[in-house]
Amino acid sequence: METIYTKFKSGLQRSKTLLVRNIQSVFGAAESWDKIDYEQLEEALIRTDLGVQVTRRIVEYIKEQYERGVIHTTSDIIECTKQLLYVFLSDDCETPVVYAESGPTVILMVGVNGSGKTTTTGKLANMWQQEGKSVLLAACDTFRAAAIEQLKIWGERTGCQVISGKYGADPASIAFDAVHAATARKSDILIIDTAGRQHTKKGLMDELAKIKRIIQKAISNAPHETWLVVDGSTGTNALQQAKMFQSSADINGLCITKLDGTSKGGVVVAIHDEFKLPIKFVGLGEKESDIQIFNAKVFCEALFSE
Amino acid sequence: MFENISDKLQDTFKNLTGRGKLTESNIEDAMRDVRLALLEADVNYKIVKEFVDEVKSECLGERVMKSITPGQQAIKIVNDHLVQLMGESNVALDLSAKPSIILMVGLQGGGKTTTTAKLAHHLQKEGKSILMVAADVYRPAAIDQLEFLGRDLNIPVYSNKGTSNVTGIATTALAAAHRDNVDVMLVDTAGRLQIDQDLIQELKNLKQHLNPAEILLIADTALGQEAVSVASHFNDALNLTGIVLTKMDSDAHGGAALSMRKVTGKPIKFVGVGEKTQDFEPFYPDRMASRILGMGDVVSLVEKAAETISEEEAKKLEQKMLKKKYDFNDFLSQLGQMKKLGGLGTILDMMPGGKKLKDAVNIDDNMLTHIEAILSSMTPYERNHPDVLKEMSRKKRIAKGSGRPVDDVQQLLKRFDMMKSMVSNHKKFPGMFGGGSGQYNSIKSSGQQSKTMSQKAKKAKRKKHKKKR
Ligand SMILES: Nc1nc2c(ncn2[C@@H]2O[C@H](COP(=O)(O)OP(=O)(O)OP(=O)(O)O)[C@@H](O)[C@H]2O)c(=O)[nH]1
Ligand SMILES: Nc1nc2c(ncn2[C@@H]2O[C@H](COP(=O)(O)OP(=O)(O)OP(=O)(O)O)[C@@H](O)[C@H]2O)c(=O)[nH]1
Ligand SMILES: [Mg+2]
Ligand SMILES: [Mg+2]
Repeated sequence: METIYTKFKSGLQRSKTLLVRNIQSVFGAAESWDKIDYEQLEEALIRTDLGVQVTRRIVEYIKEQYERGVIHTTSDIIECTKQLLYVFLSDDCETPVVYAESGPTVILMVGVNGSGKTTTTGKLANMWQQEGKSVLLAACDTFRAAAIEQLKIWGERTGCQVISGKYGADPASIAFDAVHAATARKSDILIIDTAGRQHTKKGLMDELAKIKRIIQKAISNAPHETWLVVDGSTGTNALQQAKMFQSSADINGLCITKLDGTSKGGVVVAIHDEFKLPIKFVGLGEKESDIQIFNAKVFCEALFSE
Repeated sequence: MFENISDKLQDTFKNLTGRGKLTESNIEDAMRDVRLALLEADVNYKIVKEFVDEVKSECLGERVMKSITPGQQAIKIVNDHLVQLMGESNVALDLSAKPSIILMVGLQGGGKTTTTAKLAHHLQKEGKSILMVAADVYRPAAIDQLEFLGRDLNIPVYSNKGTSNVTGIATTALAAAHRDNVDVMLVDTAGRLQIDQDLIQELKNLKQHLNPAEILLIADTALGQEAVSVASHFNDALNLTGIVLTKMDSDAHGGAALSMRKVTGKPIKFVGVGEKTQDFEPFYPDRMASRILGMGDVVSLVEKAAETISEEEAKKLEQKMLKKKYDFNDFLSQLGQMKKLGGLGTILDMMPGGKKLKDAVNIDDNMLTHIEAILSSMTPYERNHPDVLKEMSRKKRIAKGSGRPVDDVQQLLKRFDMMKSMVSNHKKFPGMFGGGSGQYNSIKSSGQQSKTMSQKAKKAKRKKHKKKR
């Protein structure tokens, strides 16, 4: 049977060179640990896209622990790093979705181009439909070629209706219509898919703020959730993305996609550490079922599993 | 950590400058900075190591050790080395066959379909007849996406929604290309992980059937450490002919570009700089190098300015400045030019340290809009004779007309006076963006580099000139 754990682990595990093996090969053979070894530990961590900052803090800590005689073996290092990563993530990285007390729970999906917003929207719709909730989708990407058709196919796959408009139409007005439709149809959840946008483009970022303002005209505390969808193979730029989307769209959660690839998605640790955003879901493939609730322990274990 | 490696290096060397006592350990310090900058820019850790070792030995040479400006020398060596590693610019596509087939491959969401359309559009402008082939049978609406793009560009698209046999689709498309006497056939494929054996095999089969002239890896500029694995797997399986970097309009440093180039040895042929089909440019290694190092894209800026602002315009303005005749009409037209360059935000983004400045003082394009509103509320006479604006009644009228407070109008007039006296003190007004600023100077790491920059700007200007005639 494929449990969440094994699936997640196998997804993260495909890469051949593993952090653990790296650490073991470096420190296992060493009589005592010196500068070069730490540099290699640093590289092993960098390789997972943890970023320079987080990596250096981990290495500093391990060095200190070693010098104080607290840790001695490679398995100490691994344990220590694992624990540290866990500390960086802290337990508030896992927060359940809070559903609206009455009326539809409105979820806005945002992110840079191609990160996986539409696919994640489809996977979430599938997940919630299977849990017996009724889900409505809103196609607010009126810009990219065939974005509306793409979401409609996800609608068909998952048995959800899709509210859409014409290409070139104002996404805010479609969002507004969708919120009304979700209320009228008594949907449990409305997921709003938006166009990909680079966080550097002020005009496009303002558009997100506008979408949120208009949604609030229909339901004052909506959208209840605004999630930034980050491609797990992204490097340090993900931090910049989080920063800008937080300031323009006031995001309150992350979804990390494409972790079925060889990328470790370490950058989420850095994002969480810096912005304290909870990580909601993890994407592990292109099928509707390839989604998991984020679990910090599993994530850290998976980074280290052999 | 730090935005600008050149600032950082200057800093590291600062205390030593002039004393001529540079030691090996100073170089070690500097190399640590370089290493960090490259890692922060997402250059693969292995490549960083090689790079730093190479650069270090060069820095230990006479040139840096004895230089009175070791910081600048070191930056130059780092920069030159990076440029060299990025490879030659403008490696042309091989389009000698008829039809020439170009296979577009890469990870999911990297930009293959969009880039297929961009490249088609680019070749179409060169007079080629094109066929685009929709060979992504997996992603929802992938075929529609290419068809829509083809319709917009008036470029035919071959597709067959009735089959999932990719080789079959390609074979039929190829027959159509022969029949219609097409010059170039572009094949858009589905996104896939480099480790997905089955789907990589599908590409190998396609390659075998089509014998493409070009196999391009389409890769996101923001890729992290795995860029090396991605590029090497695709290259091992398919023997790529080039790389296209997409989403260069983001602020990712793009160290992945260096990693992919280094590990495959394949040239980066184009870059995508936006979502629209015309947002597509040839690749320039020097720009990429300064981007990775976080030195801003001054060359681009200078070229863009040269393209946007005609030489005559610039000359006229220069003369006016010199004769202290610069007035609000000129100011207004400069604002217009600035807009054409993509607005203040874009300009600042391209400048070294510009992002910091933007964050620090909260400059945005609204500010320009406000200034423009004030200027537009002046009469042409007032714009021509800024002196009459000392009258309060005029100020009030302008404030009302522009919807800005009188304070704003006062501020603007004051700054204008300041600026005017400042520029007329200069021997030669360099044009609005033509250097002179401290930031620009700070990245001119040596005489040689600044020469190449101004030469490039001139070349761009000449190009523009030629186009006009
Ligand atoms: N392997 C893998 N592929 C994914 C995952 N999530 C999304 N994708 C793929 O990534 C590509 C882009 O996904 P989309 O959902 O279209 O991305 P998007 O953010 O909506 O893109 P834009 O709307 O164009 O900005 C598609 O080919 C998806 O199938 C994932 O978890 N794993
Ligand atoms: N800002 C920006 N967006 C780009 C660029 N190139 C592509 N995109 C966007 O990136 C997203 C993904 O592009 P696609 O062309 O669908 O990517 P793909 O590789 O074909 O995706 P799959 O077929 O799902 O693997 C879309 O939103 C594009 O508009 C670029 O240079 N800049
Ligand atoms: Mg989408
Ligand atoms: Mg595609």
